[in-house]
Order: sequence, then C-alpha cells, then structure tokens
Amino acid sequence: MSELTDKTRLKKRDWYGYLFIAPFFIVYTIFHLMPILNTIFLSFTDLWGFNTEYTFVGFKNYIDILHNELFFKAFINTLIVWGMNYLPQIGLALFLAALFVSNHDKIRGEGMFKVLFYMPNIITAASIAILFISLFASPNGSINLLLVDLGILKEPFNFYRDVTVTRIIVAFIGFWMWYGKTMIILLAGMKGINPNLYEAAEIDGANNRKKFTKITLPLLKPILLFVFITNFAGGMRMFDIPFLLTDGGPNYAVETISMFIYKQAFTGSQNFYLASTASVYLLMFVSLVTFVLFKLFDDKEKEGK
Amino acid sequence: MSKVLKGLLYALLIILSILSIFPFWILFVNATRASDQITQVFSLMPSNFLFKNFDSLLSQGFDVYSGFRNSIFISTTTTILSLYFSALTAYGFKVYNFKFKRYLYVVIILSILIPPQLSIIGFYQLMVKMGLTNSYIPLIVPMIAAPATVFFFRQYLDSILHKELIEAARIDGANELYVFHKIVMPLIQPALATMGIFTFVVSWNDFFTPLMIITSKSKYTLPMLIALLRGEVYMVDYGAMYLGLSLSVIPLIIIYMLFSKYIIDGTTLGSVKG
Repeated sequence: MSELTDKTRLKKRDWYGYLFIAPFFIVYTIFHLMPILNTIFLSFTDLWGFNTEYTFVGFKNYIDILHNELFFKAFINTLIVWGMNYLPQIGLALFLAALFVSNHDKIRGEGMFKVLFYMPNIITAASIAILFISLFASPNGSINLLLVDLGILKEPFNFYRDVTVTRIIVAFIGFWMWYGKTMIILLAGMKGINPNLYEAAEIDGANNRKKFTKITLPLLKPILLFVFITNFAGGMRMFDIPFLLTDGGPNYAVETISMFIYKQAFTGSQNFYLASTASVYLLMFVSLVTFVLFKLFDDKEKEGK
Repeated sequence: MSKVLKGLLYALLIILSILSIFPFWILFVNATRASDQITQVFSLMPSNFLFKNFDSLLSQGFDVYSGFRNSIFISTTTTILSLYFSALTAYGFKVYNFKFKRYLYVVIILSILIPPQLSIIGFYQLMVKMGLTNSYIPLIVPMIAAPATVFFFRQYLDSILHKELIEAARIDGANELYVFHKIVMPLIQPALATMGIFTFVVSWNDFFTPLMIITSKSKYTLPMLIALLRGEVYMVDYGAMYLGLSLSVIPLIIIYMLFSKYIIDGTTLGSVKG
C-alpha cells in the first residue's frame, strides 16, 4: 500500500515536467513552427501586396522561380561569397588553434590575442557595414587616402564599382568577423583530445605535422562538421553586410538569397508568394547539405570501426 | 621552435591583432575629427571636434537616446526571459520523467538546426494577422524558445546537478519551483553568464527582424538607427557619422571586455550561433 502511494506521488510530481517545458513548446509552436508551416503554405499561393485573399496555385511558383535569373544569381553569389570567406577562415582558425594548443604557456599574450581575434564577432554587423562603406569610400575614404599617401595607388580607386573587389570586401568582413569564433570552437575541441595520444606519438617519433594530420584532424572531425554546418547555414542567410554595404551592387555582385527574399517581400509589388518559395528552396538546400554531410560522416565512421 | 619561426608567428599574431583594432581605431579617431579633416588627410591621431560632431549628429534627427533606450529594453527583456525559460525547460527535462520526454527533446535538438530566418515570410504574415507589427513582442517573445540555450543548460546540468541535492531540499519541504529558483538557478550561474552574453549580443545586433516589424521611427532599435547613417546627410557629414557608429560600438566593446573570459575559455561549445 505504502509503495503504491509512493508511486502515485512520484507520478504527480512528474507533472511538473510538462509544466516546466510548456512555455518553451507553446512559444515554439506559435513563433517558430507556425511561421515555418505558414511559409510553406504561402509558397503554394499567389499572395502579394496588401491583399488578404489568395488562390492556390500548386507547384507553379516552384517551377516559375527556376526561370528567375536573379534568383539563380543570388544563389550563386551567396555560395561564392561564403566560399571566399569560409576557406581562409577555417584554414586560419585551424592553424591558430593548433598553434595555441601545442604551444600552450609558451606564447606570451595568448589570452590577449584570443580576446582580440574574437572581438569583431560581437560588434553589430550593421555598424561594421557602415564603417566599411566609409573606410573604402571613393575618393575620400580613409583607405583611399592612406593608399595614395603611401604611394600604393596613384589616384583613388572606386572599390564598390568593381564586382570582384566588392565580393572580396564582403567575404573579408565575414572572414574577419568569424575566424576568431571558429578558432575558439576548434580550440575547445582540441583541448578535449587525450594528451596521452600525443605523448605516445612522440615516443614513436612523430613530428608536429604528423601529430596534426594523424591525431588532431581525425579526432576533430565531429567539431569540424559542426563548424561547417553552422557556418554554412549562417553563410546562406547572409544579409546585413551586403544589404547595407552596396545594396547588392555593383551589377548584383553581392545580391544574396536573403536579400532576394527580403526585396521580393518588402519592396515593389511585395511578392510574398515568390519570397516564400525562395525561402522553402533555401531551407531545403540547407537541410539537404546538412543531411548529406551527416550521412557521409556517419558512413565513414562506420567504415573506420 | 627556431627563433626565425617564432618571430614569424608573433608577426602573424600581431598583424591579426592590428587587423582587429585598426578599423575601430580609425572609427574612434574620426569621431573626434571634423568632416573636412576626415576627407582630406588620413590620420591616426584624435582631434578636438568630438562635441561639435555630437551636436551635429543630434541636430540631424539621429535620436541616440531613444535608440539606446529601445535596444536596452529589448535586449535586457529578451535575455532575462530567454535565460529563465531555457533553464526551466532544461531542468524539466533533467529531473522529471514523463511521457514522450525523449521525442520532445529530439524536437529541441532538431530545431537547433533550423534557422528562424528561413521562415521570416511566414513569420511576418503571421504577425500581421495577429496585429503585432510595430510592436516589440515579435522581437522579444520568440526568444523564450531558444533551443540552443536549452541544449547548453541541459549539458551543463548533466555535469553538475546531483539528484541528492534536490531530494534533500524536497525532504525539507521545498516545493518544485522553490527548488528551481533557490537551488538550481544559483548553481548554473556560470552557464547563465555565458548564454546571457550571447543572447544579449544576438538580440542587440539583430537587424533583419526589427527592419521588417518596426515601422515608426520612435521605436527604432540602435542597428536600425545605424542603418540610417548610410543616408545622404551623413555621407557628407563624416564626423557625425563616425560618432554615431562609435556610440553603437562602444557599449559592446565594454561588455565584451568585462565578460570576455566567459566567451574565450571555450566552455561555450554548445552555444554556437550560425
């Protein structure tokens, strides 16, 4: 008898579990899940402007958008600018993390360096965009003045009229804002690697490069995957910097998918149907890449065992 | 390490440090210079036009105070609510056993991978229907459901919370919420600090959502005001523009310098935002 009451009391207490997680799931349903479903729903309609009525058009938007040149251009741009930023970013972050881990306590000012490298990440992207507009302005921006002073340039260069240069600036800002954070994440991952492995390798006569390629990199794979996926998902949503910097120009060089979505929905004739279709494509693309990577990674792990 | 190699490495580290400081240095210096100085001569030395720039900034309708007020209100409320309810959720999953617990937790993990911006159109249309445009509710309330924060707290609780501690409090007659408020919340303070900074900074820096939702200028957040600096008036008055930017950057740098240890020491792995 007493056991039974004990059990029912336990069960009663466990109701608190639902109570405690309820706010999360209520808010999640209203403000996260419903918007996703609503976006998918709208992509099958023809809603635009301030209309409140719409008709269902089936998959029409999904086919139509494939003939939209700007959509493709924005897609490619987003990938190009992200790649230009990610490759040097992960390279430098890996190098610095390995450097800090293998020379722990030997580099003076290690803490200060880390604090400085991370710093651009916390600054408002909007502020950074405006800052870079004025720094690289032509003819009177600070960078032009400096380069002419130093004799590197004969006359001021109009950076934001050049497709490649504008892409480089946008990619550089991304690189500059994120390599510090990536480095910190990789550092955390590297610190988790058992130091005995390195000692054993040293006894076997392995040099630094061998240790890095044979121990650090393989064991860091889950973290690298994590970094890649979060970075990729973030890169595919790039908006603030290119939007404020040049509004996508010159000649749509840095027009990104998020900007395409924003402009379709909130400027001109407010094509919500097109914007939501583009969003669903983007969502599918990011999910697909994530899924494939997980799958590849998982299979390789199994082969290894 | 050989001496040459060591020299090269330090050179790299110092160059990267300069890269982190240089743009902000020019920013702060130019905030103290007159516009014609800025556009004619490159300089790393401050001048004495700070107050003149400030007058000029305010006279052009750049309401710094209201921007600060609005941003501080939104970010503070968001941070408090997000931390409290995320901790509550994580604790709920940690100590109680209930039906579908596993599945519900999987939902949280999966939702970390779905960035909210991808559903922005549906979000906007929904807010229009609910009459919540030009309101702060769409900027604050959604952050109550912060899956990455829940995940981080859950991991943290797994590593430090012992069931005996809770049992002891219960035997003393404490009710469930009391245990959470008086025992669990103080216990996870370092985790609250780490996630608090991230939440605050993410909310403070958000530009996309307020850009869509907020329409009246008196409700503009600081990043929205900053975006106005791109306008023609300020692109002529460089001194005022640089000062406006400085004002948006300085609070973040101060917060960062005060709390950087919570970010840099690498315990923040679970907290990454894409």
